Amino acid sequence: MKKNITISVLMTIVTTALLGLIYPLAMTAVSQLLFRDKANGQLIVRDGTVIGSRIIGQPFTGAGYFHSRPSAAGSGYDAANSGGTNLGPTNQKLIDRVRQNSASLQQENPNAPVPIDLVTTSASGLDPDVTPAAAYFQVPRVARERHLNEEQVELLVQAHIEPRQFGILGESRVNVLELNLALDRLARR
Amino acid sequence: MTANGWFQIALFLALILAVTKPLGVFMARVFSREQTFLDPIARPVERLIYRLTGVDEQHEMRWTEYAVAMLLFSAVSMLVLYGMQRLQGVLPLNPQKLPGVSPAHLAFNTAASFTTNTNWQAYSGETTMSYFTQMAGLAYHNFVSAAVGIALAIAFIRGVARRQMQTIGNFWVDMVRASLWVLLPFCVIGTLFLVSQGVVQNLRPYDTVKLVEPQHAQVTGPDGKIAVETISEQSIAQGPVASQEIIKEWGTNGGGFFNANSAHPFENPTPLSNLIELFSIFAVSSGLTYTLGRMTGSQKHGWAVWAAMAVLFAVGVSTVYWAEGKGNPLLAGADQRPTSMQSGGNMEGKEVRFGIANSALWATATTDASCGAINGWHDSFTPLGGMVLLVNIMLSEVIFGGVGAGMYGMLIYIVLTVFIAGLMVGRTPEYLGKKIEAYDVKMAMLVALIFPLVILVLSAISSVNGFGTSAILNPGPHGLTEILYAYTSGAGNNGSAFGGLAVNSPWYDTTIGLTMLAGRFLMIIPMLAIAGNLAQKKYVPPSLGTFPVTTLLFTVLLIGVIIIVGALTFFPALSLGPILEHLLMQAGKTF
Repeated sequence: MKKNITISVLMTIVTTALLGLIYPLAMTAVSQLLFRDKANGQLIVRDGTVIGSRIIGQPFTGAGYFHSRPSAAGSGYDAANSGGTNLGPTNQKLIDRVRQNSASLQQENPNAPVPIDLVTTSASGLDPDVTPAAAYFQVPRVARERHLNEEQVELLVQAHIEPRQFGILGESRVNVLELNLALDRLARR
Repeated sequence: MTANGWFQIALFLALILAVTKPLGVFMARVFSREQTFLDPIARPVERLIYRLTGVDEQHEMRWTEYAVAMLLFSAVSMLVLYGMQRLQGVLPLNPQKLPGVSPAHLAFNTAASFTTNTNWQAYSGETTMSYFTQMAGLAYHNFVSAAVGIALAIAFIRGVARRQMQTIGNFWVDMVRASLWVLLPFCVIGTLFLVSQGVVQNLRPYDTVKLVEPQHAQVTGPDGKIAVETISEQSIAQGPVASQEIIKEWGTNGGGFFNANSAHPFENPTPLSNLIELFSIFAVSSGLTYTLGRMTGSQKHGWAVWAAMAVLFAVGVSTVYWAEGKGNPLLAGADQRPTSMQSGGNMEGKEVRFGIANSALWATATTDASCGAINGWHDSFTPLGGMVLLVNIMLSEVIFGGVGAGMYGMLIYIVLTVFIAGLMVGRTPEYLGKKIEAYDVKMAMLVALIFPLVILVLSAISSVNGFGTSAILNPGPHGLTEILYAYTSGAGNNGSAFGGLAVNSPWYDTTIGLTMLAGRFLMIIPMLAIAGNLAQKKYVPPSLGTFPVTTLLFTVLLIGVIIIVGALTFFPALSLGPILEHLLMQAGKTF
């Protein structure tokens, strides 16, 4: 008993040093050497300013941008406070919110059904993607606001569809931040 | 539901099947102290640890000493974690200057949570825990609580395999070997793989970036007035995530670095990282079925157990995929049909890159195993989808299950199964040459009874008192499910949640903390007692009257016992929660 108490204390100290400090710090050093950009969050720099991470969603609500999904992270896309709504399937608040958002989106584009991901919050609140359906759905509004023709914007969306990984894994998707940055470049020309 | 979705699910199960034998053989060699390819690196480290801590690696323990050593180690390391959280304000590696974790009941809850391999999180990672606490406290416990689980499973297997012996191994040796051979090497490779996919691994302070389109948000000031505020920056949380992410799954822990857990793009950025993490949740537990077969000399028995697990997994994942894919009939106005342009279905609380198939697959795996990591919010699942997740935990997580914990949980069901089979044919039940007698069955029943007792009593108290019901987010039957899920997750050492329930209160922190401790240690002690008792029994060669544990009949009977003992206990509670909610949802009723 007494021996096992001593071992417990020493074992906690020794294994904490190995598994709690040496392992993560060594992994940090190797990751920084091998995958510097990825290990630091794939930050995007434009005109000398850091304007976001490639894989963290940002809020876009203006009519001239492709919109991201609704977000429950902090006041919306707070990347230091991730999270979802946790609203249950029979919660009136969820149903009202989806109904209102769907109705206003349908007015923007009466010719296509409103894609479900555009009116539901993501799990992280930081979802960088929308479905291809949701991106195409917004083409008429964006083209109108940016004074571009719809085919041009449609081609831009098409070029930004990321297919399933290796053609199999996950779902095809469109990175909203990258799409909007490309849109800005297109409109500036 | 799409053909591709089913294919991804089948691919996952095929990968698990493929790894079972090699990993199972490897673990059998590690714990029988035979030579492995990792010895040149791991053996010197192992010897150094024994020298520093005074462990005698030749010493063999009876089950009582094994239990005492395990309890002491858990107690000491839990105390250290509690202290570390409270003092993190003055400890290093805290670039965000986060203060010590308070109140005390939250730090207690978290310490109990990580010591018991539960990883229930009543806190939000990126706003509460410093990098030091994450690495040396939380990720550390991800390793050792998993290593303890594996050690216990091996001790139980030895109990079955050994004949007329008093001892079942050395706890310290089993725990250290589990860490150095089974956990650490995979995590080193896995970390780098995840970083290559975009999981972050750094010690930077949070980055501040300029938003491409500044936003106007309504905020309610301290005086209650609503003002419009311009938000032009985004603060991006960073940290040593990948090294913690991989052990979180490989050790079926589940505690996210960030609040959003494996839904967060920095924890799980791509479909491939998702597959690797999913694979890690099941791999060790699946391998242990092969280890069981090998160490007890009945490989077919190992596969018979694997088959029971795989069948229950397949039924679960199909149901969840079907329920989530069908979507929520109350969300009129939005298009939930799957097309080539979207995966459709119930997307509230799910990520686009995972869609319905991978969200359903993950949710099933994380509750089958005692992992509890999430890539979509279980609270927002459809009533039936959410119910399957709850039932998976209620079956005490033996569908592959937690590393080690799944195996010894399953062995309890096996003892009950051979006992019931023995009753049917009117002979003394035997298990792999060991007579199962009154003492063993009593201990197994103790395990089978403590679990629902804790869950149902505490859920009942919480659902009729203000201190319990005030935490509910979703009213109606869903609220009862939230409470039921919380205690089930705690007792099952799962750690996933119906996250709407506001659990950081004195009542929930304390009772769920105690539930987690009961769910781990009150199960382990009777389990070790059976192991010790079996080890000293004589070998009885199989006769005509022996019920074989290697056949399809055994697999079917085992599944039956799991469902009868596990699920029927909870059926009344389930009918008041998710089943009722499903019927009301179909009728168009909302809350």
